[in-house]
Amino acid sequence: MVGHVVHKKLYFLVFAGLIGLTALTTGVAFIDLGKWNTLAALAIAVCKASLVVLFFMHLRWSSGLMRMVLLAAFIWFAILVALTLSDEFTRQWTPVPSNWQAQVQQQAR
Amino acid sequence: MWVFLATEVMFFGGLFTAYIIYRNFYLSAFEAGSRLLNVKIGAANTAVLLCSSLTMALGVRAAQLGKKKLLVTFLVLTLLLGLAFIGIKLGLEWRHDYLEGFAPGVNWTFHGPDWRHLELFFCFYFFLTGIHALHMLIGVGILTTLIIMAGRGRFSPQRYNPVEVSGLYWHFVDIVWIFLYPLLYLIGGRY
Amino acid sequence: MGGGREGNHEMGTAVVEPGIESRVHYLNASYGIKSWLLTTDHKRIAMLYLASITFFFFIGGAAAVLMRLNLISPQGALLEPATYNKLFSMHGIIMVFFFLIPSIPAVLGNFLVPLMIGARDLAFPRLNLLSWYVFMVGGLFTLYAVIAGGVDTGWTFYTPLSTTYANTNVISAALGVFIAGFSSILTGLNFVVTIHKMRAPGLTWFRLPLFLWAIYATSIIQILGTPVLAITLTLVALERVFHVGVFDPAVGGDPILFQHLFWFYSHPAVYIMILPSMGVISELVTAFSKKRIFGYSFIAFSSVAIAVISFLVWGHHMFVAGQSIYAGIVFSVLSFLVAIPSAVKVFNWTATLYKGSVSYQAPMLYALGFIGLFTMGGLTGLFLATLAVDAHVHGTYFVVGHFHYIMVGGAVMGYLGGIHYWWPKISGRMYPDGWARLSAAIIFIGFNLTFFPQYMLGYLGMPRRYAVYAPEFQVLNVMSSAGASILGVGYLIPLVYMVWSMRYGPVAGPNPWGAKGLEWQTPSPPPTENFEETPKVTEEAYAYGTEETQVA
Repeated sequence: MVGHVVHKKLYFLVFAGLIGLTALTTGVAFIDLGKWNTLAALAIAVCKASLVVLFFMHLRWSSGLMRMVLLAAFIWFAILVALTLSDEFTRQWTPVPSNWQAQVQQQAR
Repeated sequence: MWVFLATEVMFFGGLFTAYIIYRNFYLSAFEAGSRLLNVKIGAANTAVLLCSSLTMALGVRAAQLGKKKLLVTFLVLTLLLGLAFIGIKLGLEWRHDYLEGFAPGVNWTFHGPDWRHLELFFCFYFFLTGIHALHMLIGVGILTTLIIMAGRGRFSPQRYNPVEVSGLYWHFVDIVWIFLYPLLYLIGGRY
Repeated sequence: MGGGREGNHEMGTAVVEPGIESRVHYLNASYGIKSWLLTTDHKRIAMLYLASITFFFFIGGAAAVLMRLNLISPQGALLEPATYNKLFSMHGIIMVFFFLIPSIPAVLGNFLVPLMIGARDLAFPRLNLLSWYVFMVGGLFTLYAVIAGGVDTGWTFYTPLSTTYANTNVISAALGVFIAGFSSILTGLNFVVTIHKMRAPGLTWFRLPLFLWAIYATSIIQILGTPVLAITLTLVALERVFHVGVFDPAVGGDPILFQHLFWFYSHPAVYIMILPSMGVISELVTAFSKKRIFGYSFIAFSSVAIAVISFLVWGHHMFVAGQSIYAGIVFSVLSFLVAIPSAVKVFNWTATLYKGSVSYQAPMLYALGFIGLFTMGGLTGLFLATLAVDAHVHGTYFVVGHFHYIMVGGAVMGYLGGIHYWWPKISGRMYPDGWARLSAAIIFIGFNLTFFPQYMLGYLGMPRRYAVYAPEFQVLNVMSSAGASILGVGYLIPLVYMVWSMRYGPVAGPNPWGAKGLEWQTPSPPPTENFEETPKVTEEAYAYGTEETQVA
């Protein structure tokens, strides 16, 4: 059973896009966009990855099940990051009184 | 293979999570570390790997069309590009960082301000690129096997699944690098 | 011939069954050690796993015996604290990674998944064999760690003890677990693909036995969670070797990050241990009440729900570790949520029993024991999920009691019930039911005597992982140790009569229990190719009461 045979041209087009995006992301790194630099870099990376997944890895012509598998993987990664970050970033929210050591000794007595 | 790649997403995901967290805690040190990496080599390596993905995809296509010689050619090209990547990374970049004294645990000589967090950055740099390189080496092994099998005429338009599946693995390793490149090299405030 | 609807097991003793010695099946299809070590037959691989995990169970059990002996006296009757630390670490590592996680999936799952879907084998038979070898290599590394002096970080490998301060064999133990993790991933992968792609004609998703829904949900957890453990242990090993402070607070690392990464896998891991057991109970409850399961789709969906939600609750292990209290609130609420699907299952099993024609053979005794003990363990989990209560009982024997009620009172009893239920299919022989019921009772009594006092000890404040304790805790500790000795006897008896039955037990027919399911439509033991021709499924799962069930 031969799967979907992709036209050579499409592969070369995707490749050109990938190289172009690489050049773009490298160039943008040298421009000061403040906090948008990180976002831009990640967004471009996501575009490149999508090109590879959809065309080189044939996901565009694959069954829904394969897409679900990949989606599940990324959702699970997102869960790991989101909930871990929720802890790491909110630890400072609860202020600890500066005289906490004295307070503890007070209560122990 | 897609299911296996899902496990790989989670494997690298754990490392990425740790990197994200420490980057947010020690932004200045991580940015400084990022600037110490050579963008030109990183970009070149990215191009090498993207080429190898192209040749791999073309190889799978050749297998689908039953073109044995073309398949072997593309597989060999992919292999050479992969080896080039590893050579550049290990032979050029790692060696340079080691000689400059930025190799945590083996040769760390920098003791300027905030050096411990810089060392942490380089830890992640070596871990991330190292595990990526390990996956590339495994890919090289897989490609070698495929080349031998293809040379013996084992693949045909009706039977080329191993090539397709190995292609998926190879592309995945490329995707990991697509994310590693900006996260390590490009967000260091190089302006 | 054969019994009636009560599943009379005495059939077959007087009649010489024409066939078990002369018929070719998977056990006698080929002889010699090579035919076993190079097999790709899922049934033989299941037997390889059975032997391996039984071996590891008794090693982990030996560690437990020594621990409980030590705890008879407040000053520690037997062991130095350093040795005790190594024992509880090895007990945890071996029981979790080398017994509980593989137990039902690798033994019963490997054996039954193709049979239950009407397939000839799993999707990737050679990968299946590789899984077993990988498991054994991991086991060897861990055994090496034991022999070389053990590891004393606990099975949880908390940093910075494991990375910076421990001078025991952390890397070999971690490596052993890392390697065994791959076995888990590959098995999960095999099951997912098999269940998706190889079901017999007519076997739709909602006609699958609930055991398969449970195995499927378990496999999803194995696939998505285990890699994170792999990378975490790798980081620990790298930090030990290169002394860079990824988790070392002295250099800016965060030890709690380790805990996040570790528990992201290890909490779902406990659901890897319990979900298959719940699947077994679904099978046992229907078979021994000869009634359709109540609420099939609810149980099926609850398995998937447990698998998904299990990934959202890991922070409840870290409420008092220094985690942000806001994250703690989120994890606490989610932990309450994960109890709901489990409760749904318990209600549905109970409803299945109601007005069923219940018979009390050994598998059913294990199932009933499971329902009671799992419920107790699960309810105490809610205590622990409550932030305010957990502040007091975290790190005490209350936690130890909680997870042993679920792991031993739940998972192990489900495992034993399943082994007994499918034993005639696996071996072609029947075990002696009287002895089986006796050991089920002994296990139940011994278990409760061992672990119920631990709830009390924890509530009263005795910390866990301590080789010595305050004198006021002695009475309860002695009770617990006494119970442990009874429990040990209870586990040894089945080992004896099961092995005995393989040669001397009465020969069993294809369906001694009169149960529904494709695995009962093939001879006992099954031929290597499982079915003469691919079966076609025309009825719903557990279609009891629609026709007189055939017992042969």
